[in-house]
Amino acid sequence: MSGPVYLGLPTAPRGVGHLRGDEPFPVAARRALADTQLRRNLGRATRTIRAKRAAVVGELPDWEALRDAGQAIKAETMAHLDRYLQQLEEQVTARGGVVHWARDAVEANQIVVDLVRATGATEAVKVKSIVTDEIGLNDALAGAGITAHETDLAELIVQLGHDRPSHILVPAIHRNRAEIREIFLHEMGDVDPGLTDSPAALAEAARQHLRRRFLSAKVGISGANFAIAETGTLCVVESEGNGRMCLTLPDTLITVMGIEKILPSWDDLGVFMQLLPRSSTGERMSPYTSMWTGVTPGDGPQQFHLVLLDNGRTAALADQTGRQALHCIRCSACLNVCPVYERVGGHAYGSVYPGPIGAVLSPMLTGVEDNASLPYASSLCGACYDACPVKIDIPSLLVHLRARHVDEVADAHRVPSPEAVTMAAASWVMASPARYEAAQRGGRAGRLLGRGGRIRRLPPPLSAWTSARDAPQPPAQTFRQWWRSEHGDINHGDINHGDIKHGDSR
Amino acid sequence: MTARDEMLGRIRTALAGDPPGSSAPPAGDAPAPGYRTHGELGTPALLDLLAGRLIDYRSHVRRTGPEQLLDTVRAALAGRGARRVVLPPGLDLPGLDQPEAGQAGTFGDVELITDGGLSAQELDQADGVITRAAVAVAETGTIILDAGPGQGRRALSLIPDYHLCLIEADQVVALVPEALARLRPDRPLTWISGPSATSDIELDRVEGVHGPRTLEVILIS
Repeated sequence: MSGPVYLGLPTAPRGVGHLRGDEPFPVAARRALADTQLRRNLGRATRTIRAKRAAVVGELPDWEALRDAGQAIKAETMAHLDRYLQQLEEQVTARGGVVHWARDAVEANQIVVDLVRATGATEAVKVKSIVTDEIGLNDALAGAGITAHETDLAELIVQLGHDRPSHILVPAIHRNRAEIREIFLHEMGDVDPGLTDSPAALAEAARQHLRRRFLSAKVGISGANFAIAETGTLCVVESEGNGRMCLTLPDTLITVMGIEKILPSWDDLGVFMQLLPRSSTGERMSPYTSMWTGVTPGDGPQQFHLVLLDNGRTAALADQTGRQALHCIRCSACLNVCPVYERVGGHAYGSVYPGPIGAVLSPMLTGVEDNASLPYASSLCGACYDACPVKIDIPSLLVHLRARHVDEVADAHRVPSPEAVTMAAASWVMASPARYEAAQRGGRAGRLLGRGGRIRRLPPPLSAWTSARDAPQPPAQTFRQWWRSEHGDINHGDINHGDIKHGDSR
Repeated sequence: MTARDEMLGRIRTALAGDPPGSSAPPAGDAPAPGYRTHGELGTPALLDLLAGRLIDYRSHVRRTGPEQLLDTVRAALAGRGARRVVLPPGLDLPGLDQPEAGQAGTFGDVELITDGGLSAQELDQADGVITRAAVAVAETGTIILDAGPGQGRRALSLIPDYHLCLIEADQVVALVPEALARLRPDRPLTWISGPSATSDIELDRVEGVHGPRTLEVILIS
C-alpha cells in the first residue's frame, strides 16, 4: 500500500511547527533513558494517573458501551467530514462568529497573526492547546511582535523554562516540584524569593503572576476539545480556570482547531463528556468546562474567530486503515499506560504528539518518511488499545505504518533495502526443505555468541537488531535432528501421517 | 481556489475510495444507545449522591429547606467572612431585598451589589458571588450554569474568589446525558465540578488556581 492509495494529498509542511524531531527516536530515547531524574519523575506521575483513571473508569457500569459509542460517532464523523464542517461553519456564522480555513500550519499562523494585528493588541493570553504547539503559533506571533502568554500552569512552566511540552495533558510532567520552583524563581520576575516547592505555593505564584494579565487581556487564543456541527457549539475542558479567563474576559477570541475535532450532534457530548475526563485526568469531571456558540451579546468576547486546520489531516483521512488515528480526543491515557513512554518521556518522540498515539498520528500528518522511526517506537504490547476511550487500535496502526514505511522506502530506492534483501533471501531458503535444514544447522553456530540462553550482541549488520534487544540463543539441536534421534530416519510423509508419541516433547 | 474549497475538495478525494454504502446514513430510527441515558435514583438518593461527589472534590455543601434558605445563605457568608458580595440580576431569593442592577444594598453587615456591567477589576474587588444554576449532575458532582436568570454572565462566577451556588432539588439529574437534554446549546455554558484545581505538578491535585478557590453549594429540598 503506497502511492496512489494516499491520493497525493499534501502532508504537514516542513520547516514550521513541531511535528518532527531533530533526530530519530532511538537516538533521542537513549539519551532520555540515561536521565535518572526524568525516569523518576515520569514513573511517579504515570503511576499516580493510572491508579486514578482505573478507579473512576471502574465506577461506570457502561464504560465499554460508552467506548463503543465513542468509536462509532467518530467513524461516522470521518465518513462525512465535509458535510459536518460545512454545517459547523453555517451555525457558527449564524451566531455571529467568523470561520477561517487553513490548509496548513503556515496559513493558520498567518490568519491568527493578521487577526491579532487587526485588534491593535501586542499581547494575547493562551489556553493550553496542542494544535497551536503543532503549528508553532507562538513563534509566528513572536515573529510578528506579538507576545503570547501561556496561562495553563504546565504550559507556563514549559514556556518559562524555554522547554518543549512532553505530554499531551501534563506538558511539564518531566519536571518535579524542585525544578519548577527554580524555573519560577529565575524567570517570573515578580515572585517572592521565599517561594517553597509545595505544589500549593507554586500554584499560588502562578495565580499572582497571571492575574493582572487576565483582567486586562484584549485577545484570547484557544484550541478546542469538541465542536458540535449541529449547533455550532465549541467546548474547552480544563481544570484551573485559566481557560475560562481566556474564553470569557478578552474582547476577541481566536480558536484554532483541527478539522477532526468535530462531533455531529449535541447528544454526542453525552458520550464524550464522560469518556474524556475519566480517561485524561482520572476525574469524574474536570473542574471546568466552557461551551459557547458564536457570540453572546453582553457576555464574553464580542468577536469570535474559528480557524479550521488541515495540516496533513486530509492526507491521514485518505488512508482508510490509518484514518482512525484522527478519532483521538487527546486524553493521553495511552501515554500513561505505555511501557515505552513511561521510560523515555515525550521529548524522545520529537513531535508535540508523543506516546503511542503520537507514534501513529505524527507520521500520518507529516508523511511516514519524515517520522520513520516512530512506528517502531513500541513493543506492540496493546495496553494503549485497552486504555483508549474511542478504541483506536494503535498496535495495528503501528504495524500498518511500518508496512507503509517499508513499501515507501522500496518505491523510493532502486537499490533494495536491507530488509528487502533479507526477506528475499529467507524466501529462497524456506522454499526448499534441504536449504532450510542446512540454514538451521548453520544457525547453531550462533550458540558461540550467546551466554545464558541469550545473544546480547551480533556482529554488523545484524548488530542493528541486537542494539535494542537480545536475540535468543539457538538450541543445541534443531527439531529435525531431535526427531531423527527419537524416531530414526523416517521420510517426511511418515511425519505427516504417523502417530506422534511425544506430541509435547520439549 | 479558496482554502475552504480546497480543503473540502481534499476531504472528498480522501473519502472517494471508501467502499460503496459505507457512507450512507443508517436506515430507519437510530438504535437506542448501549450506554445509560436515564438514572434510576429517587430524589433523596440523588441529592445524597450529589452532595457526596461535591464534597469528594473539595466543595462545601449545606443542605436546607426553602424556609431556611435565607438564614443558610447568611450563615454561609458569615462563615466565609464575605463583606462585599456580587449578585446576578434575578437571583430571586425569598426574603431578600435585592438591589436593582448596577446598585448596591446591604444584607446585615454584608454589602450586596447587583451586576449591571461591573468591570473585571471591580469584580476582582468582591469577596464572593451568589448564583443559581441551570442543572446539576449527581454522578459527576457537576453544577452547570447557563447564564440564565439568577446566574448572570460568565465572568461573575469566575473572578470573585468565593462562589456560593444555590441548587433546587428538581434541578438535579443523575447522568451527563440527562443534563444535556435539559440544556440549550445556544447559551454560554459553564460546567463546574469543584473549585479551581490543577494536577500539573507531579499530578498532585491542588485546589485553587485561577478560578474561585472556594465553591460552596446549598442544596434546597
